[in-house]
Amino acid sequence: MARTGTRTGTRTGTRTGTRTTPAIPARPSDALTRAQKLELYYWMRLTRQLEERLVNLYRQTKVVGGLFRSLGQEADAVGSCFALEQRDVMSPLIRNLGAMLVKGATPVEVLKQYMARGDSPTRGRELNIHFGDIGEAGATRGFLGQISPLGDMVPVMAGVTLSFKMRGEDRVGLVYVGDGATSTGAFHEGINFAAVQKCPLVVVVENNGYAYSTPTHKQTAAKQFIDKAIGYGVPGLQADGNDVLAVYDVTKQAVDHARAGHGVTLVELITYRRKGHAEHDNQSYVPPGEIERWAAENDPLDRYLVVLREQLGATEAEIGAIHDRVQREIDEATDEAERSGPPEPLDALRGVYADPPQEQPLWFRREAAGDAYGAERPEGWGTWNAAEKPA
Amino acid sequence: MSAAKQPTPAAGEITYLEAIREALFEEMARDEQVFCLGEDIGAFGGAFKVTEGLLARFGEQRVIDSPISEIALVGAAAGASHMGMRPVVEMQFIDFLANAYDMLTNYVATARYRAFLPCPMVVRGPSGGYVRGGPFHSQNPEAGFLHTPGLKIVYPATAADAKGLMKAAIRDDDCVLFFEHKYLYRRVKDVMPAGDHVVPIGQARIAREGTDVSIITYASTVWKSLEAAEQLAAEGISVEVLDLRSLAPMDDEAIFRTVKKTNRLLIVHEDTRTGGIAGEITARVSETCFEWLDAPILRVTAADIPLPYAPPLEDYVLPQTSDIVRAVRRLAAY
Ligand SMILES: Cc1ncc(C[n+]2csc(CCOP(=O)(O)OP(=O)(O)O)c2C)c(N)n1
Ligand SMILES: [Mg+2]
Repeated sequence: MARTGTRTGTRTGTRTGTRTTPAIPARPSDALTRAQKLELYYWMRLTRQLEERLVNLYRQTKVVGGLFRSLGQEADAVGSCFALEQRDVMSPLIRNLGAMLVKGATPVEVLKQYMARGDSPTRGRELNIHFGDIGEAGATRGFLGQISPLGDMVPVMAGVTLSFKMRGEDRVGLVYVGDGATSTGAFHEGINFAAVQKCPLVVVVENNGYAYSTPTHKQTAAKQFIDKAIGYGVPGLQADGNDVLAVYDVTKQAVDHARAGHGVTLVELITYRRKGHAEHDNQSYVPPGEIERWAAENDPLDRYLVVLREQLGATEAEIGAIHDRVQREIDEATDEAERSGPPEPLDALRGVYADPPQEQPLWFRREAAGDAYGAERPEGWGTWNAAEKPA
Repeated sequence: MSAAKQPTPAAGEITYLEAIREALFEEMARDEQVFCLGEDIGAFGGAFKVTEGLLARFGEQRVIDSPISEIALVGAAAGASHMGMRPVVEMQFIDFLANAYDMLTNYVATARYRAFLPCPMVVRGPSGGYVRGGPFHSQNPEAGFLHTPGLKIVYPATAADAKGLMKAAIRDDDCVLFFEHKYLYRRVKDVMPAGDHVVPIGQARIAREGTDVSIITYASTVWKSLEAAEQLAAEGISVEVLDLRSLAPMDDEAIFRTVKKTNRLLIVHEDTRTGGIAGEITARVSETCFEWLDAPILRVTAADIPLPYAPPLEDYVLPQTSDIVRAVRRLAAY
């Protein structure tokens, strides 16, 4: 698919991928209140600013592993997750920080995860936004942490939503995959299984033009990802992923479709990854001018600000208040994250199994109390300085 | 790790990573049937830049950027190799070898025996921890494949071996899993031996001679063992370090030779303990050299825990030089 950067705002509604796509009576976003529409901006702004804070911490070497950005993709993560209810379950990927925040993850949790703190949600076991909170509807926030192997969360979310169906619960699942992740066997098996079982699952393909360095046309010979929906026998809906209301519209339809018992929808959101795969990637493979064009002409926050001002009549005071709130929340979260320390080495032994809940130290570790663990800071796979890489 | 503290490079030294790249260049230039395929290996040169420059030199026909499809990568390599080609597949991280487990163990490993189909292919990729990579960018999955008849496995510790073993792997008539340690990529260096430098698969290497205790190890823990040996020498304990280099086939003769020399054996690996390579070596030694042993065989390995991300946790789970020192002292005093 050609990445032009100029497809701004033209596709505000939806495009049907199959004949079975449900008809759209009106734009679902028309039903959002003024406060909700301002809230969408708050989440996008929070996502962007939190990542900028993470960049600062990364440069100060306080982020332990790699840093993954969603700059320019905030609308697709926020607008889609906003279509879910609290009782629903969402599974994000690496560029869905915005969706995590909408679903209740807090900036301090995200900062502590990246900084590998002992009181982070995974207590230092897992990276970045690989954490979750699922369980009883209403009791938890309903997001399931991803793992690195791409595509794996699609079958897992098929199972999560299968359980909703089996128990007759009024709950829906939503799983994100990138354009690259659609090439995995797990993606194919998972969506096919969910389609056959009519699981209440929305599969969101975030088409951001690249998988690491690989452009979309080297990932699939299909012209667009919704074309794959036909093969799975499910509806496909496509939207401009940088138009937050358009994203909300298609996802809400897909969520309603699932909630009504009609099963899976494949949603393709077209967006653009403005930063490298991770912070170390210098994007040498991107054609000149492409990133700048998307930044200048198709920034999801800039575009939404125009909508807020011109269609919603949002005042500068209202927008400024959101900016201030975001800044304050991130400052407070950073202070809190900086106050917490690394995990205790012995915590590594807890929780491999339910029973026994704790492993015993290996024999050569029993008298090792004086050893210092965690002192070295190696240049990890995601942490080397891009300038040092061979040309 | 002593590897990190090496003095400034001597003239002509290249890194472990560059040594692998050099082998790929030389083999692709030597034999037109050799080609590379993997994710982001072309214009980008791979996540770690191992294949950098190959595309410019050999073109898109022989340096193929693939979709994110590990099953297809390994399966396609098998098919091409049946037809006489010599594919080299990159796993972006060796952890994703798990995605191709079926293709490797059910198809590739059985092809020759079951259907007289050769699979002269290499599957290579960055492995191992000590880099704060978390549970899915740090694994050492070699033991699972050692258990599968039909696959060869190498895991070099030095830059010279990385080059020589890669050349041997590409020329081998069976599938070779080539594990590369990402901690060593830019930390260890060697001057490459002149000429066509090929290290035969299946031959171990004495990394340090000694007389009191033997350490058998491979990959990253070779360097930790050498560092421990240095410390122990100051205490008057002479340690021999055997770097296996190849895990399948394993150099039994070299293993038995060092055990018969020192009569005390410590096995060290970065991989987890249960079902690991050390258990297999222990069995071989006790079957063959029981009378030669003056002490029980000991193991220093990772704990049986998924590898965590935070530095204090990762370092606690993985074996450290201090652990090796303690274990050798216990053996020496036995
Ligand atoms: C099975 C598997 N193979 C390879 C990788 C290495 N990898 C991590 S992210 C990535 C690119 C992902 O691209 P895409 O799915 O488009 O998501 P994006 O990063 O664009 O959001 C790759 C190849 C992986 N994580 N899992
Ligand atoms: Mg992508």
